[in-house]
Amino acid sequence: MQLERKSYSPQDTIHLAKQIGTLLQPGDVLTLDGELGAGKTHFTKGIASALGIKEMVNSPTFTIMKEYEGRLPLYHMDVYRLEEEEAEEIGLEEYLEGDGVSVIEWADKITSLLPPEKLEITLGRETDTTRVIQLHGVGDRFIGLLKELEKHEDVSD
Amino acid sequence: MNTNKQQKENEIILAIETSCDETAAAVVQGGQEVLSNVVASQIESHQRFGGVVPELASRHHTENITFVIEEAMEKANITFEQLDAVAVTEGPGLVGALLVGVNAAKAVAYAHQLPLLPVHHISGHIQAARLLRPWRYPALSLVVSGGHTELILLKDEGEYEVIGQTRDDAAGEAYDKVARTLELPYPGGPQIDRLAEKGNKTLDLPIAWLESDSFDFSFSGLKSAVINTLHNAKQRGETIRPEDMAASFQHSVVTVLTEKTKRAASQHHVQQVVVAGGVAANNGLRSALRDAFSDSDIELTIPPLSLCTDNAAMIGAAAHVQWKKQHTANWDLNGVPGLALT
Repeated sequence: MQLERKSYSPQDTIHLAKQIGTLLQPGDVLTLDGELGAGKTHFTKGIASALGIKEMVNSPTFTIMKEYEGRLPLYHMDVYRLEEEEAEEIGLEEYLEGDGVSVIEWADKITSLLPPEKLEITLGRETDTTRVIQLHGVGDRFIGLLKELEKHEDVSD
Repeated sequence: MNTNKQQKENEIILAIETSCDETAAAVVQGGQEVLSNVVASQIESHQRFGGVVPELASRHHTENITFVIEEAMEKANITFEQLDAVAVTEGPGLVGALLVGVNAAKAVAYAHQLPLLPVHHISGHIQAARLLRPWRYPALSLVVSGGHTELILLKDEGEYEVIGQTRDDAAGEAYDKVARTLELPYPGGPQIDRLAEKGNKTLDLPIAWLESDSFDFSFSGLKSAVINTLHNAKQRGETIRPEDMAASFQHSVVTVLTEKTKRAASQHHVQQVVVAGGVAANNGLRSALRDAFSDSDIELTIPPLSLCTDNAAMIGAAAHVQWKKQHTANWDLNGVPGLALT
């Protein structure tokens, strides 16, 4: 199942992510793709906010992964510089199978390690400030999540 | 652990640092005198990939660590028996890279029955200033590197309070990402700094001031503005001189770093400002900070370039504080990628 939403500002992106964040459960895996500056970190801030995380969520690029404690733990990863083999070595799968929510930036680098069920999010640049956000639910869990999102969606900001 | 040696004030510490892409070891006496400082850099191997590649980093650390430690000991002209402690970067950093240093430090400490001192990488960058002159408290440190952009208040020795931090990208990361967009080689910081000197601030790029009382930073809007400006120019068939883009980008970064540092220094009535981290090597930032504090009573300390980039002498300097406070680690010490500064 696929949904498409438009964002006119970083705040819009955060708002949509918050709505998704409230529907998340332990073990959920979200992949986040989009070029530099598309809003991947902003999207993750929205997820974190919905998970009740008070700590500052900033870019995980340098350390590959940052971990936060909230209603559920959040594992925020940027795997841009990883190869699949070393992702395995640093125990990425254990996080993906753990009891937290995993948000993975540049996930196409490690496709074989990803679980069959996931929410694939693509942030596409339309103009300088607008983004087309595609949500692709793979598996029953995430098809259900997107249906739930559609039902409860609050389009105002 | 061996505690009878801990009375000493002029202790000799072997310090090891492997948190990112430099394998480093140093011997430091009394937190002040650098007896040796050896750094094996991996920049060349990472250049091909446009950034540090974690697996490569760990592999290189493993290959280099023994030689680097041996060389540090030789240059210091001391024996392992003369050491009082072994210090190592515990975090933050890349997990595989940290583990190489932590395990090497444990091996040396265990073999020679020495106390093991865990050091926070950022406290190392800050304490590099100790190698130049004694601290004056309260002090403020601006830490700017590939992974960090923080304003840290030091009310007293070894007491760190983060009063501002980046909400998205670190300053050095913004440099690397903008360099990637401009198709410049890694590491991007020095490249942009060099280009900026030859360019003019012709482009109007945003400066993220955030709330008026905030000491936080944000560089992702600036990064997007660079990408948008280049993208739009390309679509119109115009060319932007990379020198001018570099100068304009650097102006936005340097202005906000300098201004917020100045504001925080005056609000907290500090005696000294210490600039730390790899981006402190940036000429644009160094000269802007010197100008900002030139007619002030606040002492500005910018360590020489060799102490700004990752090295182990700074870890030895910070380990002196741990030594005095007797903050030792057990044999179960581990590398902690997201270690907080407390």
